[in-house]
Amino acid sequence: MLESLAQVLGMPDFLLRAVLGGMGIALLAGPLGCFVVWRRMAYFGETLTHSAFLGVGLGLLLHVEPMIGVAAMGAVIAVILARRHPAEGLAEDTLLGLLAHSSLALGLVLLAFMEDVRVDLFAYLFGDILALSASELLWIGLADVLGLLLLASMWQGLLAMTVHESLAAVEGRRVMALRLGFMLVLAVFVALAMKLVGILLTVSMLIIPAAAARRLARTPSQMAVGAVLAGMLATGLGLAASMQWDTPAGPSMVVAAAALFVVMMIFPRRG
Amino acid sequence: MGDNNFLLRAAKVSVRRNGRTLLNAVSLSLYAGKIVTLVGPNGAGKTTLVQVLLGLIAADEGQVKRREGLVIGYVPQRFAVPPSLPMDVDGFLRLAGKSSLAERRAVLQRLDVPDLQGAALHTLSGGELQRVLLARALLRIPQLLVLDEPAQGLDVHGQQELYRLIAELRDESGCGVLMVSHDLHLVMAATDQVVCLEQHVCCVGTPEAISQHPEYLRLFGTDLRGFALYQHHHDHVHDLHGNVVSTSSSCASTGGCNHA
Repeated sequence: MLESLAQVLGMPDFLLRAVLGGMGIALLAGPLGCFVVWRRMAYFGETLTHSAFLGVGLGLLLHVEPMIGVAAMGAVIAVILARRHPAEGLAEDTLLGLLAHSSLALGLVLLAFMEDVRVDLFAYLFGDILALSASELLWIGLADVLGLLLLASMWQGLLAMTVHESLAAVEGRRVMALRLGFMLVLAVFVALAMKLVGILLTVSMLIIPAAAARRLARTPSQMAVGAVLAGMLATGLGLAASMQWDTPAGPSMVVAAAALFVVMMIFPRRG
Repeated sequence: MGDNNFLLRAAKVSVRRNGRTLLNAVSLSLYAGKIVTLVGPNGAGKTTLVQVLLGLIAADEGQVKRREGLVIGYVPQRFAVPPSLPMDVDGFLRLAGKSSLAERRAVLQRLDVPDLQGAALHTLSGGELQRVLLARALLRIPQLLVLDEPAQGLDVHGQQELYRLIAELRDESGCGVLMVSHDLHLVMAATDQVVCLEQHVCCVGTPEAISQHPEYLRLFGTDLRGFALYQHHHDHVHDLHGNVVSTSSSCASTGGCNHA
């Protein structure tokens, strides 16, 4: 089906898969990235991506799809952080750094031990959106549907706790469940986005479109929709640039997103 | 006090953190229609006690009993909207739960800030933000209103105005009120009972009695009893935002403004 669509559009089918995958990622990244920006969770996102190597290693060790290993690893980190008592005596960023770098190092050590498998580290670091398979595209579609449904059901609750957590709790919001639910969606997103733009650039697909959308938004939902559009535009522009000038696709998308952000700076902030 | 009016009771509540006693066997009862004010120096455990009563943190000892299905409206102490979050007042009020646009408009009207509905949250002044927070609490039609330092960041006039408003709201709805304040004299007119806290309950009583109580005087000293702070001559009247609304001469006859 994809092949015939690609023929109609006159583009190679790997490019069509890349476009669809990029759009699918941007669709989930929009609302998710807004909450990452509002809740100052960029470093949490980085921690999830750093832990991906350990997830890949464990996935290979247990003979499951590495992407599932990454999502599971992210879920473990999400649970550790969501259940954490604030009075442990460590600042949030210290704990995140500890988890990020120890899991990264452990992952690399684990991969080095596995002599029978050769892992292309470069592909994990920078991703390869042009090598997206049809089944991976299906995974992205599935994650989009489930992730967006989950986010929509948690939307008001997440907003309430972003504005004031205690107030949200007094008003009957289940703060712990919301926090955990959000982190789990984020973990799944990271596992998928990693394929496209790589471990090093995944968080940028969350925060740059959201930051670009801030200027023109008056309400939280406007910012989320704006972030989706900015992410999709960046995907299109980045892939076009990559085809035109033979630049690496993932980084080109991030550069396009950053350029969009700069362009948005000329607008005055609306709300 | 009859059982019908019972809202919430804390019995010998103690909270300890990292070897420090934050609350020591604190008992407190709240009833519909009554305003209770919690006073005490910094670090006395006022906010901790509020958090225990709200069910946000668990007591290490003692228990908190609530009326079945108690609806609480809460005005928290510290409040800052992240600047990255675009949100207007109406969107903020919608977070309280299900409410209609008319209900949200009516509550802002009642709090004398009808124009704020479309205003961006982070453009509000301190007094306006307090009113918007109060509006969100009222939207839930609370049986108990809990306000943690509601007058923070307001000038003396703004504080008196706010306390008067809270007393009015109590009269209208018959809800119970628990307030935290660091200045007894400004809340005096609007409170039925004062609980003086310093990890434990030092003294309980009417505001008049408490202001003479040796325990209260020990904690706050006698200098705070001076009324000079707001018995100055005033030649103008403020509205709720602290803006001058008129140059009325009504104050001149008494030689001092009652700020009412």
